[in-house]
Amino acid sequence: MTESAAQGFTGTTTRDRHPLRAIPASDWAAALESAAKEVFGPEWEAQLARFIVFLRRRISGQYSVDEYGFDRELTQRFMLAVLRPIKEKWFRVEVRGIENIPTDGGALIVSNHSGTIPMDGLMTMVSINDELGRDLRPLGADLVFRMPIIGNIARKAGATLACSEDAERMLRGGELVGVWPEGFKGIGKPYSERYKLQRFGRGGFVSSALRTGVPIVPLSVVGAEEIYPLVGNIPALAKVLGVPYLPITPFFPLLGPLGLIPLPSKWLIEFGEPIRTDAYDAAEADDPMLVFNVTDQARETIQQTLYRLLGERASVFG
Amino acid sequence: MAERTGPGRVLLVTGVSRDLGRRFARAAARHPNVERVIGVDVAPPRGDIGKVGFVRADIRNPVIAKVIAKEEVDTVVHLSVIATPGTTGGRSTMKELNVIGTMQLLAACQTAPSLRQVVVKSTTQVYGASSRDPAMFTESMEPRRTPSSGYARDVADIESYVRGFARRRPDVAVTVLRCANLLGPNVHSPIASHFRRAVVPNVLGYDPRLQFLHEQDLYGVLEHAVRTGVPGTFNVAGDGVLTHSQVARRLQRMTVPIPEPVFGMTRFGGGEYPAELRALLTYGRGVDTTRMRSLLGFEPRFTTADTVRDFADSVRPTVSRTDRALASLESRLTGVPR
Repeated sequence: MTESAAQGFTGTTTRDRHPLRAIPASDWAAALESAAKEVFGPEWEAQLARFIVFLRRRISGQYSVDEYGFDRELTQRFMLAVLRPIKEKWFRVEVRGIENIPTDGGALIVSNHSGTIPMDGLMTMVSINDELGRDLRPLGADLVFRMPIIGNIARKAGATLACSEDAERMLRGGELVGVWPEGFKGIGKPYSERYKLQRFGRGGFVSSALRTGVPIVPLSVVGAEEIYPLVGNIPALAKVLGVPYLPITPFFPLLGPLGLIPLPSKWLIEFGEPIRTDAYDAAEADDPMLVFNVTDQARETIQQTLYRLLGERASVFG
Repeated sequence: MAERTGPGRVLLVTGVSRDLGRRFARAAARHPNVERVIGVDVAPPRGDIGKVGFVRADIRNPVIAKVIAKEEVDTVVHLSVIATPGTTGGRSTMKELNVIGTMQLLAACQTAPSLRQVVVKSTTQVYGASSRDPAMFTESMEPRRTPSSGYARDVADIESYVRGFARRRPDVAVTVLRCANLLGPNVHSPIASHFRRAVVPNVLGYDPRLQFLHEQDLYGVLEHAVRTGVPGTFNVAGDGVLTHSQVARRLQRMTVPIPEPVFGMTRFGGGEYPAELRALLTYGRGVDTTRMRSLLGFEPRFTTADTVRDFADSVRPTVSRTDRALASLESRLTGVPR
């Protein structure tokens, strides 16, 4: 202290008079060390070293992404870590029937879709990762990949375009693929139609499962309908902006950014018994009647499970 | 297909005034099975062409047919398709060289009785790049949006002429190599200059997947195609994909995000960003190379990551301070000297 302080008195430049000059390096080091202890715990040196190794790998680009652009490290260490507390503390997600998902090999998870933003997809990803340790690879609409930032995050998190080429390539590669066949019709439906399944697209996902012979696991999500109750829509403005719908909820845009906080509904998600497709011939994927039947079977299973789960849930926020 | 051996292979290589054509022709001329190589271009080559016989001819006029007949050419390697107008003049000259040139060349090939094989270097840019693309294009997939102009359109036209030629001359083995973006210490292409810039612009909010082919693997695959004569269309690319941000980080380059609508308008200090490159830098592209391995039987020596590493050695890093600081911190914490 004395030396630099003495300089501070004798010197006259603004640099010497800077208040930080009076704090010696050893104090800085001590402060940093206690801060590091606070953040990383008593094992802070090893922890910090590991963190720096991670940071260096990211900064120097020495990590890998798969051919769809999936960055497993970023997803596991960052995205899922952020979503996990939301799943556990905010929505208190209860997972049932996880044993219906194969522990390895390709499988197609087919889920209902709701909640104005695809929070149900994110929660499903975290749940499967926590319970089973497998990565869910979501299929997204092309609008997702047209949008900057969102499309980028989606690819990094393991999503790819919902088209038969990508779906079949992933399923053949033994991935666990997630599909939300209701699409924007499901996610952007008004609150009054909650838990009523919309049309399941054209059944393209069933054709893909038939062609690759993987099981279809129906998934019913209860709780996502209530996070942003959609009471209105501005179709004209949505059209101008090029989005499928522009939501009005009781709190958005009324409360501004505060209205973006999802309501803390209680979630139940249940994986149903897999629908096997390996008994069919791959050529039967082009039989429209069979595709319709299997699509209906998946849709009916999900709808019935939704009604049952709603009966079991004590209350919306229970 | 059995390897073609025996003396007397006569190659005609187009586009020898450029580096790629010149290097390939020179290497081919040294091959023991090759009797002679004739290099054709409108301009004389800019470097040593070794034993290659140079014929200054425009492939757009019928002289080329006389050359093929007189020299009894059995293999045509078409490398003169250019991606940017460069020094040739404007876009209309480029289109004429590419499309009309290929038409004339194929017309000359059609009447040549000695011809056995045609190898055309195409590009994966025929698939375009859009938000509706599948993650990995196979050879049988069509682009989601047919390119309406530029290089990608030229290549699409050229490929359709080549397919027409293959139908009319079933006795000729026609190989179309759809090569991924070329990268390497000697490569001069819009994307190579893009990554050579001290500060690399990227499209705000997009991180496209990129695939590269090392220049040496390009010579390798051309040589392999000429040697084996396997007909068909093949994607050729190094294994794996890297995102744009990964490439920039591995090259230790700072990136500056530019919003997509403006990205096309600015020229960033003279950098060339043709429409197909802008699309690639926004949406990215991946191609499936299963057929290259199983049918063509070619294995690239460099993966996409290897190619970028090799390229990195040839460019000077512009931001390495952060990494150095972290590295010194790491060695201090772990006590391991670097």
